[in-house]
Amino acid sequence: MEQTMALARQKVNQNSADDGLVVLRNIKKHYPLSGGFFGQARGWAKAVDGVDLAIPRGRTLGLVGESGCGKSTLGRVILRLEEPTEGAVLFDGQDLARLSREDLRKMRRRMQIIFQDPYSSLNPRQTIGRIIGEGLVIHGIGTPAERNERVRSLMETVGLRPEQFSRYPHEFSGGQRQRIGIARALALNPEFVICDEPLSALDASIQAQIINLLQDLQEERSLTYLFISHDLSVVRHISDRVAVMHYGRIVELADKDELYGNPLHPYTRTLLNAIPIPDPTHKKVRHPLSAVVSTEAPCLSTAGCGYQGRCPETDDKCRTDFPPLVRVNSGHWVRCHHAGATAGAL
Amino acid sequence: MLRDKLPWIGAGIIAFFIFCAAAAPWMAPCDPYAINLEERLAPPSAAHLLGLDANGGDVLSRLLYGGRISFTVAVLVVFLSGGLGVGVGLLSGYYGGVPDAILMRVVDVLLAFPGLLLAIALVAVLGPSVANVVLALTVMGWISFARLARGQTLSIKQREYVLAAKISGQSDLRVMRVHILPNIMSPIIVQGVFSVAGVIVSEASLGFLGLGAPPGSPSWGVMLSEGKQVLLEAPHVSFFPGLTIMLVVLAFNFLGDGLRDRLDPGARSRGRVQGEDAEIEAEPSHG
Repeated sequence: MEQTMALARQKVNQNSADDGLVVLRNIKKHYPLSGGFFGQARGWAKAVDGVDLAIPRGRTLGLVGESGCGKSTLGRVILRLEEPTEGAVLFDGQDLARLSREDLRKMRRRMQIIFQDPYSSLNPRQTIGRIIGEGLVIHGIGTPAERNERVRSLMETVGLRPEQFSRYPHEFSGGQRQRIGIARALALNPEFVICDEPLSALDASIQAQIINLLQDLQEERSLTYLFISHDLSVVRHISDRVAVMHYGRIVELADKDELYGNPLHPYTRTLLNAIPIPDPTHKKVRHPLSAVVSTEAPCLSTAGCGYQGRCPETDDKCRTDFPPLVRVNSGHWVRCHHAGATAGAL
Repeated sequence: MLRDKLPWIGAGIIAFFIFCAAAAPWMAPCDPYAINLEERLAPPSAAHLLGLDANGGDVLSRLLYGGRISFTVAVLVVFLSGGLGVGVGLLSGYYGGVPDAILMRVVDVLLAFPGLLLAIALVAVLGPSVANVVLALTVMGWISFARLARGQTLSIKQREYVLAAKISGQSDLRVMRVHILPNIMSPIIVQGVFSVAGVIVSEASLGFLGLGAPPGSPSWGVMLSEGKQVLLEAPHVSFFPGLTIMLVVLAFNFLGDGLRDRLDPGARSRGRVQGEDAEIEAEPSHG
């Protein structure tokens, strides 16, 4: 544990050298499992359990993992929609927890989020123009006329027709609604945008349009993305660096090509193996992932590696010792006793 | 087919009765407080369309004026209890935590009381008057609004547009006013319409028991109660107030059903909490 912390520090320091816009230090988010007679906690669900990450300015970090692994919770903790149980979020060098209410409000202009479900992310009682321009109103930017002008130009930027200004969300398709969500996120000129599965509710053809839009916007506005997804092909397309999350912990972190070319953690290998290949003649060996890990929820277990129940390589060490996140080569980190050994042998 | 028309029929009946109540001073053929002991209990005739009551008061005129009491009380109670209940429910659901838990236990306790019984107790302590009826029914009425608003708030506050609003730096008050309140109003409006029916019945019940408007005043419940004494000799004295209460309550229930289907299609199982016992109250007139 000590070793992990030290390594984490080292990593953070290393990253802040190349200007991490967003730096996470040992973020934990535990939810009490109430169920006792007077509602006292029976235990804790460790949705996020000690995450260290740094996202350099202007780059995209992909965060992958299956549903329920804590990736969305992490996104919400970064935006301070949820208070972390432990750890700190540094944005542009400032600890968000130490900011006053007013400073946090100002800081929030600089970070935004694009949500997964374009149907629940827009207030059905507001017009598109109001939805997109609301942030401008809240922060008192410009006169009403200037705000309208800005909203219209944002609508054009994301590929909506400005004359749809006074329409309501129900008049739009899923893809268009996602564009509205993107326009809203961009209204305040943020530097950092969390994309929380922004494509998973969309058709394949629309997904391509939206991902291209996100990439164009990143280029034009030098945005920094945290791209949360369970779709590894999409993440490969958009990310510079990829973190793989399993039950609240980062199990592997590497640059995109390194991770996809040389996956070291058995979980990453299984995920990559599950990517469908659009070639009917291609035959591959499948490693199906067991859904049931153990009788106890994995986020509750304490001893040993979090992946032990599903891992084909589990041995005694995995059952007793919690594997630290180790650096195997420059920029490639993995949390696995076996991967560390192989890498060390190389 | 009839199902589609019922809400319109309900709205029509309501409009008719509200118009009659509003226009009572011009429409009523007689002074509702007039006493005419010579012709007391006279059956319906050309001069007095619905007959005369035990004091010789014109039943039609009294019914028209009675509508003013019933509708005023109903509107006041529904707006007061709706406003209070929605406010409490919204705050409680939005902030959650210990205050929410305490408040909801208070609501559970109040719900465990038979509503009318508590209203009777309150009015008995405070003294019978129309103002105290409004107070007592509001004390009982806000609970269902609070529960409904809290439940709706709990579901809406999870929506991503609420999170987006918080991220953009909006104050809690603004998030509640702009993003939550407008999206929880549909079931609350439906509940409000059903409550009008409930309040009219409760007001009449209190009047019937002598705990509402003072004796002799043209209130539907009081008239019903006075007619009860002479039910066998002059059934018209209680029949017409009973019929009026039944029609109005039925009309509000029709309208509420229609609004619910239109505004809040998911909620067939809720609603119709209070208006159900309308026919029971109107029974003495038929017996």
